[in-house]
Amino acid sequence: MKKIQILGTGCAKCQKLAAVADEAAKALGAPYELKKVTDMKEIMSFKVMSMPALVVDGQVRLSGRVPTVEEAKQLIT
Amino acid sequence: MSRQHQFSTLARAAAGLAALAAWWLVYRRLEAFAGWATYSLLRLPEGSHVGSTVEFFVHETPKVLLLLVLVVFGVGIVRTFFTPERTRALLQGRRESVGNVLAALLGVVTPFCSCSAVPLFIGFVTAGVPLGVTFSFLISAPMVNEIALVLLFGLFGWKVAGLYLGTGLVIAIAAGWIIGRLKLERHVEDWVYATKTGAAAPEAEALDLAARVAAGREAVRDIVGRVWLYVVLGIAVGAGIHGYVPENFMASIMGKGAWWSVPLAVLIGVPMYSNAAGIIPVVQALLGKGAALGTVLAFMMSVIGLSLPEAIILRKVLKLPLLLVFFGVVAAGIMAVGLLFNWLL
Repeated sequence: MKKIQILGTGCAKCQKLAAVADEAAKALGAPYELKKVTDMKEIMSFKVMSMPALVVDGQVRLSGRVPTVEEAKQLIT
Repeated sequence: MSRQHQFSTLARAAAGLAALAAWWLVYRRLEAFAGWATYSLLRLPEGSHVGSTVEFFVHETPKVLLLLVLVVFGVGIVRTFFTPERTRALLQGRRESVGNVLAALLGVVTPFCSCSAVPLFIGFVTAGVPLGVTFSFLISAPMVNEIALVLLFGLFGWKVAGLYLGTGLVIAIAAGWIIGRLKLERHVEDWVYATKTGAAAPEAEALDLAARVAAGREAVRDIVGRVWLYVVLGIAVGAGIHGYVPENFMASIMGKGAWWSVPLAVLIGVPMYSNAAGIIPVVQALLGKGAALGTVLAFMMSVIGLSLPEAIILRKVLKLPLLLVFFGVVAAGIMAVGLLFNWLL
């Protein structure tokens, strides 16, 4: 089971990243769980400085921008 | 493959140049087109209120949007060379003064969005960037705005644009330096310094030219898509002022003689938030009606540099006294700039 986390404090880009990641994960077909992380202390524990950020299985894969669905698929697998 | 690749690079370069040439041709024609559309096509009487309002709108809207697209594209490419992580590495352990200057300059080119202000602040101070240097960055990043810079250049020429850039940097440097001298570290929320950070973010991606151009295009889609409506509304307000407000109407309330208009403009501007693209057409119209440059510049800087939403976001990491000092010092700097210009020019 893939664990996908979206780091962000609820800005527009964070919502968009969540939607893109969700679409990409669905397209990949494997079981996954998607969670938004909005607590600042928890976000900082991932040591990122730009929002939003995409975390897959505890690894920061992307920060500061929203990828395309194709790109997100590669980041998630 | 490599020949094909070369060919496609060449074709892309040619397409880029063609687009730039088309841009320039259209841009050059706008003024004549606006006059023609207003007075020949719509047959509005020359010199009338409605005529001058419509002409202003028809001229400025495409002009500002064209400038915006070009600049956002260019800045989008430049920003692929700067990441917050790289900027932090450059500022880490830097002495104050030199650090303040560097931070203010990097604030202009590093990608920044207000939603990242808090993680950026924490990432900087916990990695050993001095508090004052961090503030220099946090002040210049929103206030010295590339969109504002180019719109000012397009609408008023290089002198006003240069004044804006120079004074914005000076305020960021000076305010950050003062905050550093005041030794306010204890007014940072305690949990901030307890946060462990490090250079664990993903490696800065090594991008090829095509990817950087794609980033520029993406920036245009994202930013212009978001602000174009504000630009059009701003120009509509500006056009109304341009056509209907009598010449020199603003001279009495926003003119040089009215020194109190500068602090008043800052007081009104600080809580307001608007993006630079929306505020500048209004600025242009005010200037055209006799408002003083210093007053208008102060108003614009306080609108885009400080805002209530930003204060609320930063309250998570700054205790109230530090937050008040931050806003107070920056607002005072903006006022000083406004008064100085009204006195000098």
